[in-house]
Amino acid sequence: MDNPVRVSILQSMNSDLLIVGGGLNGPALALAAAQAGISSTVIDALPTQTRTRNDFDGRSYALALASKRMLAALGLWKQLEAHTQPMQEIKVSDGRVGDAEVFLGLHFNSAEIEEGPMGYMIEDRYLRTVLLDAMDSNDLITHKPESRVVSQANNASQASVTLQDGAVLTARLLIGADGRQSGTAQRAGIQRTGWGYGQTALVCAIDHEKPHGGVAHQFFMPAGPLAILPLPGNRSSIVWSETEENAKSINALSDEDYLAVLRPRFGNFLGDIDLAGARYTYPLNLTLANSFVGERLALVGDAAHGMHPIAGQGLNAGLRDVAALAHVMSHAARRGEDYASPQVLARYQQWRRFDTASLAAATDVFNRLFSNDNPLLRAARDFGMAAVNAVPELRRTFIREAAGLTGELPDLMRG
Amino acid sequence: MGNVMTNTVDPSEVAKFEAMAAEWWDPNGKFKPLHMLNPCRLDYITTQIAGEFEKDLDSATPFAGLRILDIGCGGGLLCEPMARLGAEIIGVDAAERNIPVAQAHAAQSGLTIDYRHTTAEAMAAAGEQFDIVLNMEVVEHVADPLAYLTACQQLLKPGGLHICSTINRNPKSFAMAIVGAENVMRWLPKGTHEWNKFITPDELFDLMRNAGLNPVDRKGFVFNPISWTWKLSDRDLSVNYVTAALKP
Repeated sequence: MDNPVRVSILQSMNSDLLIVGGGLNGPALALAAAQAGISSTVIDALPTQTRTRNDFDGRSYALALASKRMLAALGLWKQLEAHTQPMQEIKVSDGRVGDAEVFLGLHFNSAEIEEGPMGYMIEDRYLRTVLLDAMDSNDLITHKPESRVVSQANNASQASVTLQDGAVLTARLLIGADGRQSGTAQRAGIQRTGWGYGQTALVCAIDHEKPHGGVAHQFFMPAGPLAILPLPGNRSSIVWSETEENAKSINALSDEDYLAVLRPRFGNFLGDIDLAGARYTYPLNLTLANSFVGERLALVGDAAHGMHPIAGQGLNAGLRDVAALAHVMSHAARRGEDYASPQVLARYQQWRRFDTASLAAATDVFNRLFSNDNPLLRAARDFGMAAVNAVPELRRTFIREAAGLTGELPDLMRG
Repeated sequence: MGNVMTNTVDPSEVAKFEAMAAEWWDPNGKFKPLHMLNPCRLDYITTQIAGEFEKDLDSATPFAGLRILDIGCGGGLLCEPMARLGAEIIGVDAAERNIPVAQAHAAQSGLTIDYRHTTAEAMAAAGEQFDIVLNMEVVEHVADPLAYLTACQQLLKPGGLHICSTINRNPKSFAMAIVGAENVMRWLPKGTHEWNKFITPDELFDLMRNAGLNPVDRKGFVFNPISWTWKLSDRDLSVNYVTAALKP
């Protein structure tokens, strides 16, 4: 060997990847990498008990069809499917408090595309426990719960982190999957560009009297969008945006008063409603890391891009990062390249940064256009929605976009 | 292994070679065009080798047991992937300064690669034998292509695989490789290529047959200016192209 010291360092690595973040994207990446024979250590700040709690906490996700395909490719769909609610239709309407039912402008029906339902609702508790179980039964994955990274370092061929107990872990590549406040990105000196919307999302799950029929609704209210997403049984997830001040006072209300504010916003087509879990608030802001990669470093999910949840694309965009990074790395490994080298990471960045920036910009424009009560704008968007609705080809394009089937698809999402 | 070079290198020179290696391996540095082309070249090379020697690219070290020669190895952009796939790889370069640079980078990558400052002709004269000879972007630079390809043929074991890429000779390749890459984009130093030394695919096949090789495949490397990537093409061999040939 030309340099035995370096070689011995390389051989003493803990795993190929060090993934900081034990939420959804981190475990998903560990599983996707394992399929390509790449090993991971997943460092999670939270204890396992928090991740495995299985009472319903009110949080759920709209999985786009592309994300469903990816979970299937990872061998997880069988366990998940029983807990999902397919979204057969999405109805988009322009509403004002009290008259929401009157106008239904846009109607997307998955019967119009051959791939099946455009998405599936799944509760957070099922997704996170299935990912955790799969991780724990995979020989290529080491799970480190209740571990906090205090510092990180790298050279041209490896990255390392120091944990709060002083342990040092080394790998070929460090992954930041630690959310929009990503410490991994901060420690790497990656700046973020972002802005707030002066809006807050109120999130809850409701029980309702009448069946939802697998239909998702999106109402564009003057204060911000309101989404009703069907969960299994007579339950739906509500994502409801209000101005910061309104949200603050609504959130301070008792459950009964909270429901009293919510009810007139979408009318009574679901019959009587009641809260089915905890209430959450999320300030709406958009934050984009100025770079998705660094030397021996890649960011995925909210660590790379925190998005407005208006189109339900946050988790889907994160899974798309994961699939794209796994795709780029596994193809590189097959051709003998160092999959954590700058040239390979540049391919991931080129692929995802463009997609993400355009999705973020489109979502932003969409929200500004719709969160407005100007009568002229209202007339224009009603006309626009009617026009999209009248042209089947345009409608199919929107459906495919919502299903995550546009753009270059990573291997894991091809189905 | 060819450690003669390493052992004669002054340790104070190592930092300099590591800096030069960093330059060779910078995806946005002066070898950017080669880095952009490299995945496409590797896809062709790995697929041809796997097909010819019945290797499974999904296994960890599919090329274990294969002895490969890379002529004109430069900073090791092909040697390192071959080593990672398990091959015994020897990289040779006529430019002496490339050797310690490639060695420095292989050490950083934790790979064992035998780099030598020599030529294909000298290797053939020494009786070296390989399963595969990689002859990428070299033939357009040599004075006597037939003599050179004959040396490549001699370096192969019977049944061995010769992979050779070069640039076509036509008005488009003149525009792309010389006017475009050297003068406009400044991807390559001016004078890198002499257009009259470019070889058409038919001429290359004839040369290979005369050198005792049996051509079996040819494909184009096509640059897509929208996605800024290279793709393999069955039909478009108008500028960069690659061939596979077997020694009977």
